[in-house]
Amino acid sequence: MAGWRAQPDSMIAVENLSKRYGEQAAVDDVSFVCTPGTVTGFLGPNGAGKSTTMRMICGLTPPSAGRATVAGRPYRSLPNPGREVGVLLDASAQHPGRTGREVLTLAARTMGLDTREVTEKLGLVGLGGVAAKRRVRAYSLGMRQRLGLAHALLGDPSVLVLDEPANGLDPEGIFWMRGLLRDFADRGGTVLLSSHLLREVQEVADRLVVIGGGRIVAQGEKAELLASTGTLVRAREPHRLRAALIAAGITVAAAADGTLIAEAETGAVGQAAADGAVVLTELRPAENGLEELFLRLTAGETIKESLR
Amino acid sequence: MTTMTATPATAGAVRDAGSRPSLLRLTGVELRKLIDTRAGFWLLATIGLIAAGIVAIQLVVGGPADRTFMSFFGASVFAVALLLPVLGILLVTSEWSQRTAMTTFALVPRRERIVVAKIGAGLVAAALSVVASLLVAAVATLLVGVTVGNADWGIDGPGLLNATLFQVLNTLIGVAFGMWLLNSPLAIVLYFALPTVWAMLTGMVSWLRDWAQWLDTTVTMAPLIGPEVTAGQWARLGVSMLVWLVAPMLVGFFRIMRREIS
Repeated sequence: MAGWRAQPDSMIAVENLSKRYGEQAAVDDVSFVCTPGTVTGFLGPNGAGKSTTMRMICGLTPPSAGRATVAGRPYRSLPNPGREVGVLLDASAQHPGRTGREVLTLAARTMGLDTREVTEKLGLVGLGGVAAKRRVRAYSLGMRQRLGLAHALLGDPSVLVLDEPANGLDPEGIFWMRGLLRDFADRGGTVLLSSHLLREVQEVADRLVVIGGGRIVAQGEKAELLASTGTLVRAREPHRLRAALIAAGITVAAAADGTLIAEAETGAVGQAAADGAVVLTELRPAENGLEELFLRLTAGETIKESLR
Repeated sequence: MTTMTATPATAGAVRDAGSRPSLLRLTGVELRKLIDTRAGFWLLATIGLIAAGIVAIQLVVGGPADRTFMSFFGASVFAVALLLPVLGILLVTSEWSQRTAMTTFALVPRRERIVVAKIGAGLVAAALSVVASLLVAAVATLLVGVTVGNADWGIDGPGLLNATLFQVLNTLIGVAFGMWLLNSPLAIVLYFALPTVWAMLTGMVSWLRDWAQWLDTTVTMAPLIGPEVTAGQWARLGVSMLVWLVAPMLVGFFRIMRREIS
């Protein structure tokens, strides 16, 4: 039927996406899908390749290899993308001399929307009234994020691609945004949301894609990923503990504060420490928090980065 | 905090996303971007003030031969032409210096359409500047009629067309420099510095002097404001435009099409 078409299962599909800058691979063979009705948290430390991946999804960065589709098509072949995909990649990338209302008016005109939508969306994000008439120069980062969110929602899209949208929002603002995104997904929308802070995503995401050093290190249902176990262990001399664990054939990841997360039972870890004559200060099963998962999956990458 | 919610398209089907934005609509948006910031507004205001100022001076100090409608018009066109290239440059480069290119190209991923819309906006701006010059010249001629009498309202049709072309080329050279360099200060500095450097070179190196007539835009474009343009002058104008307009615009087009937007 004209005007309607079947909705693809994956509203965002990323297939073997890679981006190289010379020798350096910013994004290396990344694949994942985002389905309707879900919020996908795209997690990783700063510089992990989240923004580059999102720019490739939105046709702003040409990939070195692989492809990405939105609503079943490459972004560049969407006729009026603002009506299908709401994009917020950098809230500070706005002309400081324009008012909030003017920023949205330009977008509304580009998309062919009634300017009433502008007023409605400004109200939705809490930038109605006086705030809308102020120039972006005078906006706090939190206000710019709200404006960016209004911009993304302007064309009533069915997909949202948001890069670090909680950056600069106060706790109340983060709580509000979570509710908005949860509601958007519950009504059948698809959300891809990046963050380097786990807490921001833990509450709202259904699925997680964790990226480190340009590669996907874990992805799946949030509940599934959180159920995975390990042992948290600390010692006075973390490097000796690490050596002892590695000698015992135990995979280990280090957090910045010297805490190690070992992929083994507490007993095996304790034995390995004893064999290596290392004094432990803490030894317990890792709590099923996203934080520990995140540390486990990305700490190694972070340390590699800092050693470089 | 708010009871309103964001409603996505109904699950199970994608709402018709509407047709691709027309080039006309995109050109309108680009024109709006020219005036919706203080910087843009003041650039336009300055252009208008300079035109009015030059014509006012000519009205006061000019001889009777300078006080004709076409003469006022020519003076205004020359004055406006000083800043039209800057307008053309900023039309393109402000997207990069303010990083709005990200939202612009996210909404219109077919980048060539934005390029065409910006060139279109430049053409409209150039045409409007000619209208403004006509108005300024009319006011000045009216004042001559009231104060001195015997106002010369004679309009030279080809002259008007040539002046319009003059302004269009000035604006497009700016757009081309903007596209080539994608950086406001660099494009503005090079736009003003390169012709001067060229003039200095041709002043110092004798064999370059013949070339100057073919490449120095102040020389090749001047006949457009004069009484008539000869075939040889058209040829020189064409060659100089190849170098100063077509070449940077082509390089810039490929830069914009390939460049990563971040």
